[in-house]
Amino acid sequence: MTLKVNLITGRTINQGANLENKTSPDYLEATAYCELNSNDIEKLDKSGNNVKVRTNYGEVTVKLKENNGNPDGIAFIPMGPWANAVVDHDTKGCGMPGFKGIQAELEGTSDKILLMKELIARYK
Amino acid sequence: MAVITDALCPFCGCMCDDLMIVTEGNRIIEAKHACKLGAAKIMGHHRIKEPMMRPDKNSNFKEVSYDEAIEAAAQILVKSKRPLLYGWASALCEVHKKGILLAEELGAIIDNTASVCHGPSTLAVHEKGLPTSTLGQIKNRADVVVFWGCNPAQAHPRHMGRYSVFAKGFFSDKGRKMRKIIVVDVRKTDTANVADEYVQVEQGADYMVISALRAILAGQAAVVPDQVGGVTKEQLVKLADTLKTAKFGAIFFGMGLTQSKGRYKNIDNAISLTTELNSFTKFVIMPMRGHYNVTGFGQVCTWETGFATAVDFARGAPYYNPGETASNDVLYRKEVDAAMIIAGDAAAHFPANSVRHLAAIPLVQIDPYWNPTTEIADVVIPTAICGVEVEGTAYRMDGVSLRYRKMIEPTHPTDIEVLERLIERVKEIRGD
Repeated sequence: MTLKVNLITGRTINQGANLENKTSPDYLEATAYCELNSNDIEKLDKSGNNVKVRTNYGEVTVKLKENNGNPDGIAFIPMGPWANAVVDHDTKGCGMPGFKGIQAELEGTSDKILLMKELIARYK
Repeated sequence: MAVITDALCPFCGCMCDDLMIVTEGNRIIEAKHACKLGAAKIMGHHRIKEPMMRPDKNSNFKEVSYDEAIEAAAQILVKSKRPLLYGWASALCEVHKKGILLAEELGAIIDNTASVCHGPSTLAVHEKGLPTSTLGQIKNRADVVVFWGCNPAQAHPRHMGRYSVFAKGFFSDKGRKMRKIIVVDVRKTDTANVADEYVQVEQGADYMVISALRAILAGQAAVVPDQVGGVTKEQLVKLADTLKTAKFGAIFFGMGLTQSKGRYKNIDNAISLTTELNSFTKFVIMPMRGHYNVTGFGQVCTWETGFATAVDFARGAPYYNPGETASNDVLYRKEVDAAMIIAGDAAAHFPANSVRHLAAIPLVQIDPYWNPTTEIADVVIPTAICGVEVEGTAYRMDGVSLRYRKMIEPTHPTDIEVLERLIERVKEIRGD
């Protein structure tokens, strides 16, 4: 089933360590995932190891990971092109887009995760 | 083999100044004392070897000379009616100075990565000022440290060791043992795991929680409900007591405040809380700046233009109004018709709708590395790495300026050289 969550994005150490290595598989590994706690993972259908994240602003497929530091209903994706495929562009009059607090719907999927080049090619 | 001692790290706003760099020939073979982030940057990755151009964004790049790439970049910028010059945070202040000159010459908008980081903090400082200090004062004096919406364990790995949690100083010779560490966040991070107290706030409720703390400090605890933003009144009262009984307190804040509901108003409220805490004791507040020299851009831009970032030169004089002139404002509105991205990666760190417009307009990239911005660029000019191959000045997160030395010799022209040639060519084409 579809799980409704509040999505936040942010820094991680592996995302930072690959900041200048963005064409590498290490960068994809470090940023193309979504963390949920085990309760929320239980609620997701298990039609694959990946998760499709859908918001009013876009859709992206990333790997599903467990992090029990997240409270119920909070999903976290490290900052980067995969997270930014679904964040809110509205700057609320102060220049800053909505990188945190985005209403999102998640569902399990076996769809593949796009490579950085493939993801960015969607914008051309 | 040569060893450079007390070298500065060019990764995050901590600007650790105790690295030991071991070089062999013109190659760095070790970056001692650096954290995972700093070491990754200093040890380096695959570089863009030569300048590149392509006739359209779906064609393959072809390597060209620096002359050809700079000419093409100058033509793109001169033909543009509304150019955007964005990035700057991974570059030194000397580069920023040239960038602002180019922006003025072009009548462009110049904006830095604070736009998607601590830009809202700058807006809050306009309203309330900033009761702050140096990191050294915090290291030597602080006995209560609050991390609000930031996760230094992952984003500023040596901050806690050098300045805020474990560091031993003049009045803090017992280090971690004499400090009370409080983490306020929406999820239990690695930083929360080392804290004495973790306060879990509902996402987007920081403003309310700060307001409740201010009410309690003002002696108005009676008006505070049993629970505010997911935090019990009991925990809030205890927290307010810990804060006001500190000998020297420090609040560090991050994107958890600047990017959540309320944006700059969260910071505005946190600054007011800090100011009010000074009625009881000494308290300071500081943004956890990300890129090592994102603070430096704000400094240079302020002394050159009067404004910290998002400065629009279209009227012939600097104009500033984030919400109107910041990068994502002008990209989402499809207002700019060409862009130059330098020392920052807009295509990786901007929302999809902004990247879509960047992909639709002529785009020049100046950067040592191939990244998502390269994927949508028309002209790519690789440069030397500031702080590793180029010397110059940068500003730490607390506003202290420090001088970077070269670790090795550059194999590419510097950003300064490329910008000087670009400015010269732009002036020639315009007949100035």
